[in-house]
Amino acid sequence: MINLETPRKFEFLVGQAHQVATEIFRSNSRKCDSDEHSYPKELDMLAAVIDGMNEGGALSGAGAGGVGEDSGSKKARVGNRNGSNMASLLGLIELSWGDVGLLLTMPRQGLGQAAIAAVANEEQLGRFGGKWAAMAITEPEAGSDSAAIRTTAALDESDPAHPEYVLNGEKIFVTAGDRAELIVVWATLDRQQGRAAIKSFVVERDNPGLILERLEHKLGIRASDTADFRLENCRIPKENLLGSPEIEPKRGFAGVMQTFDNTRPLVAGMAIGVARACLERTRELLTEAGVEIDYDLPPHAQVAAASEFIAMESDWEASRLLTMQAAWMADNKKPNSLQASMAKAKAGRTATDIALRCVALCGSIGYGEGELLEKWARDVKILDLFEGTQQIQLLIVARQLLGKTSAELK
Amino acid sequence: MAEQNFTERGMAVGLRALNRLASNGLIDRFGLRDPAQRVLHGASKATVRTATRAGRTFAATQKLSKPARQPRAGRSNLFDLTPDEEQQLLRESVRDFALAKLRPAAQAADEACATPDELLGQANELGLTMVGVLEELGGAVAERSAVTTVLMAEALAQGDMGIALACLAPAAVSTALSLWGDADQQATYLPEFVGDNVPAAALVIVEPRPLFNPFELQTKARRTGDGFVLDGVKSLVPRAGDAELFIVAAELIDNDPAHPAPSRPALFIVEPGGTGLAVEPEPAMGIRAAATGRLVFEGTKLPSTALLGDGSRETIAECVQLGRLGWCALAIGTGQAVLDYVIPYVNERKAFGEAISSRQAVAFTVANIAIELDGMRLATYRAASRVDQGAPFAREVSLARRLCSERGMAIGSDGVQLLGGHGYTKEHPVERWYRDLRAAGVMEGALVV
Repeated sequence: MINLETPRKFEFLVGQAHQVATEIFRSNSRKCDSDEHSYPKELDMLAAVIDGMNEGGALSGAGAGGVGEDSGSKKARVGNRNGSNMASLLGLIELSWGDVGLLLTMPRQGLGQAAIAAVANEEQLGRFGGKWAAMAITEPEAGSDSAAIRTTAALDESDPAHPEYVLNGEKIFVTAGDRAELIVVWATLDRQQGRAAIKSFVVERDNPGLILERLEHKLGIRASDTADFRLENCRIPKENLLGSPEIEPKRGFAGVMQTFDNTRPLVAGMAIGVARACLERTRELLTEAGVEIDYDLPPHAQVAAASEFIAMESDWEASRLLTMQAAWMADNKKPNSLQASMAKAKAGRTATDIALRCVALCGSIGYGEGELLEKWARDVKILDLFEGTQQIQLLIVARQLLGKTSAELK
Repeated sequence: MAEQNFTERGMAVGLRALNRLASNGLIDRFGLRDPAQRVLHGASKATVRTATRAGRTFAATQKLSKPARQPRAGRSNLFDLTPDEEQQLLRESVRDFALAKLRPAAQAADEACATPDELLGQANELGLTMVGVLEELGGAVAERSAVTTVLMAEALAQGDMGIALACLAPAAVSTALSLWGDADQQATYLPEFVGDNVPAAALVIVEPRPLFNPFELQTKARRTGDGFVLDGVKSLVPRAGDAELFIVAAELIDNDPAHPAPSRPALFIVEPGGTGLAVEPEPAMGIRAAATGRLVFEGTKLPSTALLGDGSRETIAECVQLGRLGWCALAIGTGQAVLDYVIPYVNERKAFGEAISSRQAVAFTVANIAIELDGMRLATYRAASRVDQGAPFAREVSLARRLCSERGMAIGSDGVQLLGGHGYTKEHPVERWYRDLRAAGVMEGALVV
């Protein structure tokens, strides 16, 4: 039966996430934006709270770690499911409504955990599960073109008892890279063999071969640290390679890329949360200014601000439902690569557009630091960039619709 | 509950029958007919105003003690995008029908400003007017579902929006009677809509002026001692020249000192043929196959039984909202037609030595059509599912409406753009879809989901 409402069983989770967003995120938003690179101590307390919630089950999966395959549930599934992908999405929307910068630096909830969840084996899940993991993909010369990465991983079996991979290269834009416990590093086993040779490797943050070069100063999400690393003869146990060590030209890269089918709806969800914050605050300010929004009236039969508000809200609704669709498909084991990219493309551009229009609608109040609108408008832009830019999403969507390979549509 | 069960009169075709037809190869059966035998009819192309013709006599053959009303399905617990089996079957059958029969007839119907009788007859065989009517009133469904109607309208519009509107216009009236009519009104009019010979009919809201607002009507219905007197002009009425029954929105002005009430928009049942009601053709930019026309009311006398239901503002608000959802469904179906048409075109069309789809400017346009179309669809389904669940839906309808109006029009424009100059000619259907899609932001009423 067609139903696009938020499932009842997640109402409690959403309510708890909303409380965290209000009490902890919102009240620290401005401070953490101003004090870039100072660790928000409040998050340690939050981490304890979240852990408590996880034990209670209510916020389980409110971070990125919950997406992908539900581990342990092997029984055959019949009928419609609303599972961990939907739960994670709903939690992230609420937390991002609070503050997306703080969400991104929430202990143990990084996107790296999604990569681990997607490809790790049982033994690795045991070692790495529950830890704070960051993702290191981008390099100075390889951004959207992640198949072009140069960081190498060489197997060293000189000590048969302790075979190791030796990583060398440079990684930039590692979200939560300084604060995380683990860094999932993308590196190539053989640069001659192209994308099939690209694998992901888990590196402990305190590995001496992982050298922090600097922390970025950014337009927004300043509460979240963005680290640049140099990997210099960084030695890790052979068992830290995630997935299969075989170079399979047929599907190798696709395996790593699969992670994105699960994480893109989450980033879309962040955009939806930030945009909702903008819309709600703008509506309050417009209402105080005497603007009435009547959903029944045609666009031209009400004041322009009300009409513009409904237009923004309609694109927001489309973004939100596209994202719910992608998460729902993941929960129901339907291939969702197309829908995940559609959601990310629509939500990323829509949220940026909404945030900037809300600033403009609210005038100097929207532009000034007395409100959070200007901060949200800075924060939101990253969501149309990371986890695949707008243009990368459109490429993915277009290739699928037109039946083209990446060589045929560049 | 109704005392009488109209289904006992053996008139129901409807969904259950449709299921049987579909499994027996509905399209094969329709495909056997010779398309050349189509007979065009509809509004005359002449621009003269003519008096409306009286249609059949509507009379209650059986009496209901109280009106039959839709039971609400209640709130569903899980997010779900899968239509139920009956909806899937209906959607597939109607889409097959639309692509096999409507699409090939679309251009001629557009030029003729009329839909062939044969197509209208086939559409009636599909039971379109019965999907919004409960079984106890002789209709096809145990529970009326806005989602089902949306799916059906969307599928039909994939063939052609104008013909889809012509086919669905009577269904708007039967659904309106089913939703808001009192027991007498249901007993009087509904049996004809669930029979073999469904009358042409239209639900009429739009008035010809800029900034039209369906809640501020210039068509006035003044209450008199024994009924109402109607004055005003209505615009873009589908099948205006043929219709045997109208439901017309007008500002109700109560002059009853015993029951003083502010004037308010309300719906009235109007049988054509009396004095003071004229019709004139009003061909437009698009949806021309629906033979749109104007209705001119000049002192038209209506009986006191003409006021539909309780005449409350809630009724007309719901009518407007459900109509907008119908237009969303038509825009989605047409948008899907655009997407399905441009994909093979841009893959096959060569420029600068390669398929134009190899260029991002072209490929991204196609991607954005698909993204916006899916957003329109999901927003519309959500609003419709809220209708079925008895949840408030004014906001959700409004958001779907805005998307389908603006993003839908952009899809129509991109469809022409992707074909370049070829898209501007009648060699391709994209120019018609461009014209049709503008209707989704202009029209009110004419459909009820």
